[in-house]
Amino acid sequence: MTRFLSIRFLQAAIVVLVMSFVVYGLIGLMPGDPIDIMLSGDPNMTSADAARLRAVYGLDRPLFERYLGWLGGAVGGDFGYSRQHHQPVLTIVLPRLLNTLYLMIFAFLISVAVAIPAGVYAARHPRSLVDQAINLFCFAGISLPVFFLALLLIILFAVVLRVLPAGGMTTVGESSFGDRVRHLVLPVATLTIANIAQVTRYVRSGMIEVLREDYIRTARAKGADENRVVWRHALRNAMIPTVTIMALECGTLLSGALITETMFSYLGMGKLIFDSILANDFNVALIGLLFACSVTLLLNLVADVLYAALDPRISYR
Amino acid sequence: MRFLATGLLAASLALAGTAQAQQKPGELTVAMTQFPSTLNPHIDSMLAKTIVLHMTQRPLTTYDEKWQAICLLCTELPTIENGKAVPVDLPEGKKGVKVTYTIHPKATWGDGTPVTTKDVLFTYEVGKNPDTGVANMEQFREIVGIEVKDDKTFTVTKDKLKFTYNLMNDFRLLPAHIESANFNPAQAAEYKKRTAFDTATTNPGLFFGPYKIAEIVTSSHVAFEPNPTWFGEPAKFKRIVFKVIENTAAMEANLLSGSVDYIMGELGITIDQGIAFQKRNPDKYNYDFKPGLVYEHIDLNLDNPLLKDKRVRQALLLAINRDQIVQQLFEGKQPVAHTNINPLDWIYDKDVKTYRTDQKKAAELLDAAGFNVMKEGYRHNAAGDRLRFELMTTAGNRSRELVQQVLQSQWKSVGVEIVIKNEPARVFFGETTKERKYTGMALFAWISSPENVPLTILSSKHIPTKENNWAGQNYTGYKNPEMDTLLEAIEVELDKGKRLALWTKFQAIYAEDLPVLPLFFRAEPFIVPKWLKGIVPTGHQYGTTMWSQNWAAN
Repeated sequence: MTRFLSIRFLQAAIVVLVMSFVVYGLIGLMPGDPIDIMLSGDPNMTSADAARLRAVYGLDRPLFERYLGWLGGAVGGDFGYSRQHHQPVLTIVLPRLLNTLYLMIFAFLISVAVAIPAGVYAARHPRSLVDQAINLFCFAGISLPVFFLALLLIILFAVVLRVLPAGGMTTVGESSFGDRVRHLVLPVATLTIANIAQVTRYVRSGMIEVLREDYIRTARAKGADENRVVWRHALRNAMIPTVTIMALECGTLLSGALITETMFSYLGMGKLIFDSILANDFNVALIGLLFACSVTLLLNLVADVLYAALDPRISYR
Repeated sequence: MRFLATGLLAASLALAGTAQAQQKPGELTVAMTQFPSTLNPHIDSMLAKTIVLHMTQRPLTTYDEKWQAICLLCTELPTIENGKAVPVDLPEGKKGVKVTYTIHPKATWGDGTPVTTKDVLFTYEVGKNPDTGVANMEQFREIVGIEVKDDKTFTVTKDKLKFTYNLMNDFRLLPAHIESANFNPAQAAEYKKRTAFDTATTNPGLFFGPYKIAEIVTSSHVAFEPNPTWFGEPAKFKRIVFKVIENTAAMEANLLSGSVDYIMGELGITIDQGIAFQKRNPDKYNYDFKPGLVYEHIDLNLDNPLLKDKRVRQALLLAINRDQIVQQLFEGKQPVAHTNINPLDWIYDKDVKTYRTDQKKAAELLDAAGFNVMKEGYRHNAAGDRLRFELMTTAGNRSRELVQQVLQSQWKSVGVEIVIKNEPARVFFGETTKERKYTGMALFAWISSPENVPLTILSSKHIPTKENNWAGQNYTGYKNPEMDTLLEAIEVELDKGKRLALWTKFQAIYAEDLPVLPLFFRAEPFIVPKWLKGIVPTGHQYGTTMWSQNWAAN
């Protein structure tokens, strides 16, 4: 296992390195640079001004040379400066990463806590009224656009009932734990509803398939307790594809909760990456995307390790 | 999707029976869509920053809500008539001007340090250093020197005697007692990283306006509290919060929920959203749709052989019904533009040539231009070329996309084919317009100050090219020696009567040549709670927050 983990970490490091170059190159290929943005803001800026400022900020150097300069700094712990926020990149990215992790962890835990029992129940009672209700919820959750769901929740809980804040991270001037949690409820609910729907569908279909297997019939014939059959024998096997999906979902949440973050003015990574790409903020976009990439790789590694825990036949050497 | 959002918001009408009450006495929460990238007055040009800074600082001069030049930090607007501005001869035969300003005697930074000429000299030192990379280099470049008379009085020598000689609207002072430690002339490019406006934003010594920044959370909100050293009318609110909500549908919901009290027009919801919101909540708020100096128009690429022909340009404008667009899409709240001069500007010529819809005349002009063969519903010339243009704008801007579709249909009725091709703003402004890569038409807006001379937009010396590093804003490629001369003449004409005559001529040439197709002047919806008084929209970039000391709860 140690060897397996070492190799996977090495592979992940290589992937991150390649990704850093690819992302740097892609952002570099986008039209305009920070001086172009200054040019559009100051119509009287001369071509000499623009050329001099490009030289001052090193933007006149070839892209690869700039990338090597950035990489050298990053290896030494200097991830650069945000052109958009005028602060060191990590000062911007780390709080956003933390905010997204809160969102992601809550959404993930609640999704799993609800989706697994619901999926198992639906699989054990196919075509029952409850199964149909769960299916209806799942299809609604999958097909409802996140933007619409978020607006629906805001209007219901913030405008009509007035029990939850419509957005933001905290009430301005207040920073209690309770206030923070209140502000998390609606964004987490938005992400969770879509996630529950997806995970429930995977668990249900996985369980239906596994419950038909011979070894389940054998376990039952041996007189094993039904709960043991379902939760220990069936679910462990049904969870293998679901774990893969959940690992990928988590990675997506890190950078892909853009709409939820925008709707609730939640300061997360998705919005940060999106804005920094639009504003030509090289360093922030790069670090944000690399964090997202690293977390996805890490979660996939966790999923691989979980396979072995779920199914003893799988082993890594 | 938008209909879903509208439907949902309409459902919340059940709550909209009465006017919104003030949530917390002495407090005001304002919604805006953007967060400033920096609060340093000279780094980056951004509306969000200007709005925030106007709460906390004052420029030397500005335009008021009647679009008249006034003093804010200075005691009296210098003029040649009052002797505070004196034309001077400069080396190389240049005609310059010396302008003397006196800083308000009670102007004091929030930490008790008086605002003095030391701050003026320091600001000049920072701005004139070419490596600092300030947003408006020109205002520092045009200063030949600054002489200090005493702590409060100084004389600026400018290299050109323009009619705007006494205006220093963007000369915002930097506090020398704080910022001099952060500025090293030998490493001027590093100043952006060191400025206290971004590293110690709540330092009261950075501000001398009615409010100071008490709390700031990047991308989330800025909270202001009254500044005890402010020399003007006292601030009325104990606390004002500017909350950033980028999604405008969420912004409306926040307003209805009471999370925010007021949506500012300068950086709030779009005109069509404002109109719809007013219909749903007619009595709950006060509404002000202030048309201003945001000029929506279509740039025409004059290198396109078809658009080089003035008859085609005139026919294009005659074929569309801008009054109908304004009435049907914007309920008449945005005035139709006949040139780039706003009807509220004193230089506006009410007799300027206008192009009321006349599709018959448009057809005649297109026939005369050689496009007289109709095939498949579109005009063709004798060589078989179809009269076809690409119309580009910023993708995702709903108002513009709506206008684009109506224009496409109106032009189709005279046989002109329009192919809509939109791009993200980043690409559209970063490359397509700047490098003149659009082949036909580009729909966007210019924002200007009152009586703005569009030298960089219309002068043939300001056509962006690869050779000049894409400097300049004459994206149409318009070249007219008469216009070039006129623009330069307007800039230096001090006599208002003579200048008005030049402006009248300018508008006549503009309306005749049509280097761009004028559409309308954008209006900004201000949604103000009934208990809030003192919000006076200006219609120009020196907006409502410049007079925030007058904001009060009723």
